[in-house]
Amino acid sequence: MKILVCISHVPDTTAKINFTADNKEFVSQGVTYIINPYDEIALARAIELTDGGKGTVTAINIGDPSTEPTIRKALAIGATDAIRVNGNARDGYYVAKQIAAVAQKNNYDMILCGRESSDHNGSSVPSMIAEILGIPSIASAKKLDIEGPNATMEREIEGGKEIVSTAFPFVAGAAEGMAEPKIPNMRGIMSARTKPLTVIEPVEVPQLSKILSYDKPASRSAVKLIAAEDAGKLWEMIREEKKVI
Amino acid sequence: MSVLVYVENANGKFRKSTFELVSYGFALASKSGSSVIAISIGEVSSEELQKLAKYGASKILNANNEKLKTVNVQPYASVIAEAAKAEGSKVIVMPASFSGKGMAARLSVKLEAGLGENVVDIPDTSNGFVVKKGSYSGKAFAYVDITSDIKVISVVANSYKVIENVLTGNIQEFNPQLNDIDFKLTVKETIRASDKISLPDAELVVSAGRGMKGPENWGMIEELANILGAATACSKPVSDAGWRPHSEHVGQTGIAISPNLYVAIGISGAIQHLAGVSSSKVIVVVNKDAEAPFFKAADYGIVGDAFEVLPKLIEAAKMFKAGQN
Ligand SMILES: Cc1cc2nc3c(=O)[nH]c(=O)nc-3n(C[C@H](O)[C@H](O)[C@H](O)COP(=O)(O)OP(=O)(O)OC[C@H]3O[C@@H](n4cnc5c(N)ncnc54)[C@H](O)[C@@H]3O)c2cc1C
Ligand SMILES: Nc1ncnc2c1ncn2[C@@H]1O[C@H](COP(=O)(O)O)[C@@H](O)[C@H]1O
Repeated sequence: MKILVCISHVPDTTAKINFTADNKEFVSQGVTYIINPYDEIALARAIELTDGGKGTVTAINIGDPSTEPTIRKALAIGATDAIRVNGNARDGYYVAKQIAAVAQKNNYDMILCGRESSDHNGSSVPSMIAEILGIPSIASAKKLDIEGPNATMEREIEGGKEIVSTAFPFVAGAAEGMAEPKIPNMRGIMSARTKPLTVIEPVEVPQLSKILSYDKPASRSAVKLIAAEDAGKLWEMIREEKKVI
Repeated sequence: MSVLVYVENANGKFRKSTFELVSYGFALASKSGSSVIAISIGEVSSEELQKLAKYGASKILNANNEKLKTVNVQPYASVIAEAAKAEGSKVIVMPASFSGKGMAARLSVKLEAGLGENVVDIPDTSNGFVVKKGSYSGKAFAYVDITSDIKVISVVANSYKVIENVLTGNIQEFNPQLNDIDFKLTVKETIRASDKISLPDAELVVSAGRGMKGPENWGMIEELANILGAATACSKPVSDAGWRPHSEHVGQTGIAISPNLYVAIGISGAIQHLAGVSSSKVIVVVNKDAEAPFFKAADYGIVGDAFEVLPKLIEAAKMFKAGQN
């Protein structure tokens, strides 16, 4: 079994998000970067499925050299080897094209992503990769088991779930529940230094969109405190002041 | 040049968020003097389809085929792409639901169309096609110019109002070409948590956290939600402990919602929780700890014990609702 796991390099979930004065760029200075939490779940499941010599796990990231510590962490957790496509992950389409180009040259049995990156929040890369390759995709998979020639997954849908089954290969976006993230141990950290990390140049991709700027949600005005004994007045207040009920 | 809107149905019925999406499509199309074409896939009665005309759909394509009965992202995306080509649509509007986003991503590849995900406003077309989208897990918005000829956007529920624009609406059967390669995935079973109000669509949400102590105390949360006509939600530890179904878990690792009103009871307001709820229009927090971080992100705060405050909120909600009728 050959598994490709897509790792995105994202600000720590508790990081403060700041932009340059012209609002055009994210300020990465002073920000700790991590493996996107869902991608950690995907990686953990891939390692479980190939445990005991049953296969290999290749971690892939599209990014500049600054993402290498994050890729090394994936190796420390247990990926067999890694690929960095030396490009600027400007949007999901670009990323998906790069990953699909690598997949076309290698026969992976499955490609695991996270269900969503915590910076772009697109939830689009896995479905795009699948579309380029002409294979099924499961946008948000909470369980993944192999049953003979098929994989069975629990797919998250609005207000419930579905049990789906597909032949290989496919692309899935890992969600909470698929596996518990793994913490690298000392041996893993030592061996990560010598595991292969191949850097390749990106394929050309047409630019379909461009980020112009960012802004932050307007901060709320100070909280209006209501004494506990007056709690009953809440609904009338909301109706009068906010008109949402 | 038309705007194509994918109208998602739930068991043959359209939800409010679908009418919202058609209204959104109409507002967008009106900016360039074009019209809205709706594409419905699966089994929906003509009576139900006709409702779309009330919100501005001038043409309604009905792709009803035995093989398309259950939602399946891959073939559905092919049907929508075929409709877009047949109609010469330049903008495709999708719901930002799990399956809607999957289809939108596939459409982007099929049509070499730039994709704007999780759009929260009408695109600014004064100079290009600039969408405002959620980014950095609720901590920021990005303004993205979609420069390709065809554009695909997925729109977050509750970002736009349902507005009537009554048109005649012309329902047409749409017989798509179906391709076996699109049917490699089979849905074996669908399990719905309940038939209650769907959380991502809900305008009002009552949510509770570990402060409720145990699942046996959720009766009060459900009662309050019922009276208000709200959906119920919870924090991650609550669903992790199995007190509530995982489908109710909101936040960075759960679902992101933007209701008009979010009432949080016994939830501390951790940054990962806020990531999924901070775009709610009005936030009410009930917590016994005046220092709970959630108060900083709230519009209304009640410092008190949930077990004392909730009965008051329930009583008052009953009176409030009675007064409205
Ligand atoms: C990578 C990552 C992702 C995460 N994703 C999510 C996510 O998606 N969603 C999410 O919710 N969390 C998420 N978390 C967890 C998050 O950090 C918090 O631990 C969690 O939100 C806390 O849940 P809580 O507020 O219910 O519980 P607690 O933090 O235990 O808070 C309980 C609150 O209830 C109050 N309380 C206690 N008793 C009463 C009473 N009788 N009356 C009134 N108030 C009372 C307390 O004062 C306290 O503020 C994530 C964490 C990580 C690391
Ligand atoms: N730059 C990247 N390199 C590798 N994988 C990525 C990258 N960006 C996104 N992904 C993968 O795609 C998933 C979904 O990302 P997104 O579509 O941005 O929400 C992530 O969880 C990753 O698995």
